[in-house]
Amino acid sequence: MIEVQQITKRYGQHTALDRVSFSVAKGEVLAFLGPNGAGKTTTMRILTCFMPATEGTARVAGFDCADQPMEVKRRIGYLPETPPVYQELTVTEYLRFVGRLRGLSGKILTSSMQREVERLGLGTVQHRLIGNLSRGYRQRVGLAQALLHDPQILILDEPTVGLDPKQIIEIRELIKNLAGSHSVILSTHILPEATAVCQRVVIISGGRIVAEDTPDQLSARLRQSEKISLTLKSPAADTDSRLKAVQGVQNVFASGASGTFFLECELGRDVREEVARLAVSSGWGLLELKAISMTLEDVFLQLTRHEEGLAPDAEVASAEPAGQPV
Amino acid sequence: MTPVQAIIAKELRSYFVSPVVYAVGFVFLLTVGLLAYLYVVFAGAQAIQLMQVRGSAQINLNDLVFRNLFASTRFILLIILPILTMRLFAEERKLRTFEFLLTSPVGINEIVAGKFMSVFLVFLGLLGLTGLMPLMLALFCDFEWYPVLTGYLGLVLLGALFLSVGVLASALTENQIVAAFVSIGLLLVLWLLAGLGSLLGDTAIGQAVSYLSFMEHYDHLVRGLVDTKDLVYFFSGLALMLFLSHRVVDSARWK
Repeated sequence: MIEVQQITKRYGQHTALDRVSFSVAKGEVLAFLGPNGAGKTTTMRILTCFMPATEGTARVAGFDCADQPMEVKRRIGYLPETPPVYQELTVTEYLRFVGRLRGLSGKILTSSMQREVERLGLGTVQHRLIGNLSRGYRQRVGLAQALLHDPQILILDEPTVGLDPKQIIEIRELIKNLAGSHSVILSTHILPEATAVCQRVVIISGGRIVAEDTPDQLSARLRQSEKISLTLKSPAADTDSRLKAVQGVQNVFASGASGTFFLECELGRDVREEVARLAVSSGWGLLELKAISMTLEDVFLQLTRHEEGLAPDAEVASAEPAGQPV
Repeated sequence: MTPVQAIIAKELRSYFVSPVVYAVGFVFLLTVGLLAYLYVVFAGAQAIQLMQVRGSAQINLNDLVFRNLFASTRFILLIILPILTMRLFAEERKLRTFEFLLTSPVGINEIVAGKFMSVFLVFLGLLGLTGLMPLMLALFCDFEWYPVLTGYLGLVLLGALFLSVGVLASALTENQIVAAFVSIGLLLVLWLLAGLGSLLGDTAIGQAVSYLSFMEHYDHLVRGLVDTKDLVYFFSGLALMLFLSHRVVDSARWK
């Protein structure tokens, strides 16, 4: 549905996007992750035909964003960073205006408005001025606006900002339900959100795509070794060396007096069973044994760390191939 | 409902829920009404004087009241119309709805046309209310209607031109005060071009400069002269301003 090829965007001397390529299939939900100023909003603005790219092509639903913007705009629902609401209108007036701009009228307009008001829980506020609504309600009105004409493609710039936890869960459910019939691109700072709703994650930093994969694959790929945490009630003096002797264990770190050990093991090898047997047979009092998986947060931090002036480490280098177009 | 109609309806709604239209309308009607009253009273005083000197008085209301009134209204419009237009694009940019509007499946020409039409309708409404004044005068005295109607035509065209300059100024900035100031400035320059033109005299440049100002074109209409040349001036000026607004809105996306 969305195909972006080698897009570059320059503002004068500043390059905001540097040869960015990715694609979104029909019914897929893609998350755009990246620190502030990474180029997320710029990418979205190019896709919604708000601004043209300096180089490269973007195609949405088969139409080129530069050549046939009207066709593209008709098929996109867009929620910008700031909900685009008119404070002097009521929710109903606003949605009616939005619908008319998009060519809806009569019964279709009325039923679409009703559907979105219900879907986003705006029933109690629909006759109030938007200017008097809270941030969370405005955000929901913004979402209602993006969904009103039931577009094939949704582009949501931080859709859950300003919502309370219950609403966040509701909106995530909503996005999950839209997947399958709609293609969705959403940008977010909240990493668990990407894991929760998206099939694929694109991590963008400094205008470049640094990684693109499923959330699980991303963390697996960046893992250099399996890590296990082990907590013992009464470790012996030789616990360190005996743990290290287990086949597959590369390193053992004891963490102070609490009886917790961190084991680094060979990639793709699960030594938990053996470690458990050893702990029990030695009478160390096994309290806890678990694998530590890398969260998307760790991945994100590793990939974008060089932003903060730190030298990129080996893991970033190993992630570079993921940046190639799939 | 077409997108243009939707934009007009929305803009009218926005105008009438904000206090701006009421404030501007109040000032406009008050000043025009006050001026009309003053000119009528002056005309009355003149008539009394003539009566005392000659025993009979025949005064021309068209000259004494309407021409003066139309000349003064020009200045009032120059000050108040930029207040009406200043919000049109500047507000959209300030409140970040500009991006929404430009990513809607609506052409920029439709957006500019819708916004211009909405403020033009507001202006026509205000101007229509001043029509009470000649209607009331007609109850008590005789005057020629034709120059009054061409004068109103002049006001409509002049207002449309002023509004289009205001639309352009509003598209240039996201600050409403700046937008109002820029359009008042542009209109004053257009006005003063007439003076510059007469200073240059009856040369080709002088005539060209005078032609650029709205002064003589408007004067012709106020005097009851409907000339195609003047109509062409107003319509081409209007078209140029709206075209430039279109370009400015379009280029604002690139920044």
